[in-house]
Amino acid sequence: MNDMLLLVEPMIPALRRYARALVRNPATADDLVQDCLERAVSHWHQRREGDPRPWLFTILHNLAVNRFRRTSRRGTHLTLEQALESELREEAAQERTVMCKDVLDRLAKLPDDLRSVLLLVAVEDLSYADTAKVLNIPIGTVMSRLSRARERLQQDVDGSASEPSDNVVQLRSVK
Amino acid sequence: MSNRPITEDDLHAYVDRVLEPERWAEVASYLDAHPDVARRVAIFADQRESLRTALAPIAEEPLPPELNLAHIIDGRRQRHPPAWWALAAAAMLLIAIGGAGGWIIRGELQAVPLVSSGLAALAQEAADSYSVYAPDHVHPVEVRAPDTPELVQWMSDRLHQAVKVPDLSTSGFRLMGGRLIATSHGPAAMFMYDDDHGERLVVLTRPMTTDQNEPMRPHSGGDVAGFAWADNGMGYSLVGPSSAKALRPIADDVRRQATT
Repeated sequence: MNDMLLLVEPMIPALRRYARALVRNPATADDLVQDCLERAVSHWHQRREGDPRPWLFTILHNLAVNRFRRTSRRGTHLTLEQALESELREEAAQERTVMCKDVLDRLAKLPDDLRSVLLLVAVEDLSYADTAKVLNIPIGTVMSRLSRARERLQQDVDGSASEPSDNVVQLRSVK
Repeated sequence: MSNRPITEDDLHAYVDRVLEPERWAEVASYLDAHPDVARRVAIFADQRESLRTALAPIAEEPLPPELNLAHIIDGRRQRHPPAWWALAAAAMLLIAIGGAGGWIIRGELQAVPLVSSGLAALAQEAADSYSVYAPDHVHPVEVRAPDTPELVQWMSDRLHQAVKVPDLSTSGFRLMGGRLIATSHGPAAMFMYDDDHGERLVVLTRPMTTDQNEPMRPHSGGDVAGFAWADNGMGYSLVGPSSAKALRPIADDVRRQATT
């Protein structure tokens, strides 16, 4: 149990960050991380030797996907997502720089499968191979999703760049 | 400098700083010569930095008490004392299996009496073992993987056969451990495996009185599917969730390992 504490504890902040970037609602995200940690504790003997990071992210990701599925089955997915998006926008406008708000807004618009690849690779520093393991997809799919995620974020920049004045007005009106 | 063409994957690996130094230099000089591509790559790198900056504060927030790992470990210890309730549940399960088993055997005897001693019986035993033990998150196995030598010795003694534990690591499954299973044809050895996604497989093996050499046959029922066969008097069955892909190649692998 002691090695578990030493190995897992330093990773909790990164797990929180990934969960929150995926589901956006801070309380829901922390619930997922708590579930993930409880599972990690009870299944500790089942992990592979070596770095437990990919294993932890796998547990967390699967929990998040199950949560998405349950929510969408209840038919509240769209409204929930819209609510979260406006919540995020508000928070961003109040507390974060315009740059951060902008990139988080664009991240929120990505489909879930592209967003998780981009987060694991670009933010959590997982290798392409570990990302493939976490998401249970071939490495080629990781690369194509990464590419699509980056292209989409960029297109969004290009799109909004053509209407800079609108953008400014919108930002001010939110504040 | 190599002549390998620069790929999109190289560009992303460049942005993510995971290229080998030599390849990094090749991509860098390519970007020098292709400003349009370099602009795109610069945008990707900016995105990456913005994302990291925007999300960094989350990882710096103090952890709430619910995410204190020491508490979670302690809580689990307290929730799992010498689990009398688990023993009681196991006893109930045994009674239930006993009842169901009797019912199934009676049914089979009336219908096709001989089937129950051969490969079909083995397949049923493997499927039952999977249904009972694979969902168990407390004690799915009796002897865990780190004690494999002890497990092998024990199984070999009880089965009066040199038992080998199949290695399924090439298919992404690692040994969790094993246990002895009671069947109406004597003891059987069960080995359990899982992969990174928590999917579990079971291999059951025991000496056969009938069907001592049988080609591999698929079997399935409910949520469980598998393959059973017999070689030189030993029967085997590999069982997994019926949603599992590619059980057949894994079964072939188990068979190859058992006969070599």
